Amino acid sequence: MASLKEMRNRIGSVKATQKITKAMQMVAAAKLKRAQDQAESARPYARKMASVIANLAAGVSGADAPKLLAGTGQDQRHLIVVATADKGLAGGFSTNVIRAARERINSLIASGKDVKIIAVGRKSRDQLTRLYGDKVVHTFELSAQKTIGLPLAQPVAEMIATAFEDGQADVVTLFYSQFKSVIQQVPTGKQLIPAVVEGDAQPIDLNGAVYDYEPSEEEILETLLPRNLTTQILAALYENQAGFFGSQMAAMDNATRNAGDLINALTLQYNRKRQAQITTELIEIIAGAEAL
Amino acid sequence: MAGKLNFSLVSPEREVFSGLVDQVDAPGVEGDFGVLPDHAPFMTALREGLVTVYVGAARTQYDVKGGFADVNGEGLTILAEQATEVVAA
Repeated sequence: MASLKEMRNRIGSVKATQKITKAMQMVAAAKLKRAQDQAESARPYARKMASVIANLAAGVSGADAPKLLAGTGQDQRHLIVVATADKGLAGGFSTNVIRAARERINSLIASGKDVKIIAVGRKSRDQLTRLYGDKVVHTFELSAQKTIGLPLAQPVAEMIATAFEDGQADVVTLFYSQFKSVIQQVPTGKQLIPAVVEGDAQPIDLNGAVYDYEPSEEEILETLLPRNLTTQILAALYENQAGFFGSQMAAMDNATRNAGDLINALTLQYNRKRQAQITTELIEIIAGAEAL
Repeated sequence: MAGKLNFSLVSPEREVFSGLVDQVDAPGVEGDFGVLPDHAPFMTALREGLVTVYVGAARTQYDVKGGFADVNGEGLTILAEQATEVVAA
């Protein structure tokens, strides 16, 4: 059994760990507020964009519809974009997203489709390269930029658009974690190409009036669709960021509590041992005194 | 004047402006245009340039990059990749 000094050291080290996890929890809580605001203020833009596209898509259809909207009409080559966090210590945040993506990737491979992967975030890069090796065609790191923003989403969107135009992909799906609340993040797979008109994106009711387009409807769509790609990726990154801090906060809160429990248990053990030692010493003294 | 125009200027980062205004001038790809209340439905891509917002006698300008304007029954919405307020010199 450990000596008293060893136990004291052990308690000290758990206390130090607890201080660190407590500090990380508070930092995450502070950053969460900011990330959450950002995720929420990005929503009007994404929603508006979706409704404009829903409107335009209703008017343009058939063979002359832009490929980014309608797809190639095939279903053979899949490009999977997996967005996670760069850092860990956030419970199962990144793992949950990757698990959702893995299920999809495995089922696609099993049905004989070609799968290519773009990994966004260091966690997804590490895990996916280990699992799928050369299927990962490109990786992005979030820490390349100081803050989550357009400069981060743009290259990802451009890469997707290029891959699509070069005919390397028929269907593009983005995996990220949707921020529902601080304690709930939902790993989500969202199809980017062909664009899916979402249920909540209602075409704008014009009361019978007709839109004037400048330049033409098709040209507007062609500039709008790549931009929509960027917007969706940016929105996903914002959601991820908020989810990451939420998850980190919960994980660190848990860790702090566990450390507290551990300290209590160790302190109890320590005190028992100390008292046992004192009792032994007393018995020895009394026995010594009686012997005289 | 018949009512006010409901105008909102949104960028991916945040909603830059939202409220009732009298007139908005914006740089469309095929020429600058002004929007007054009760404008006909209209949709256009924007050049890089200045969007001017008139509220009463006050005038605010925004530098807009990579934008897109949509006028419908609900008002005017400008979606811009970047929008910053120009501080009057």
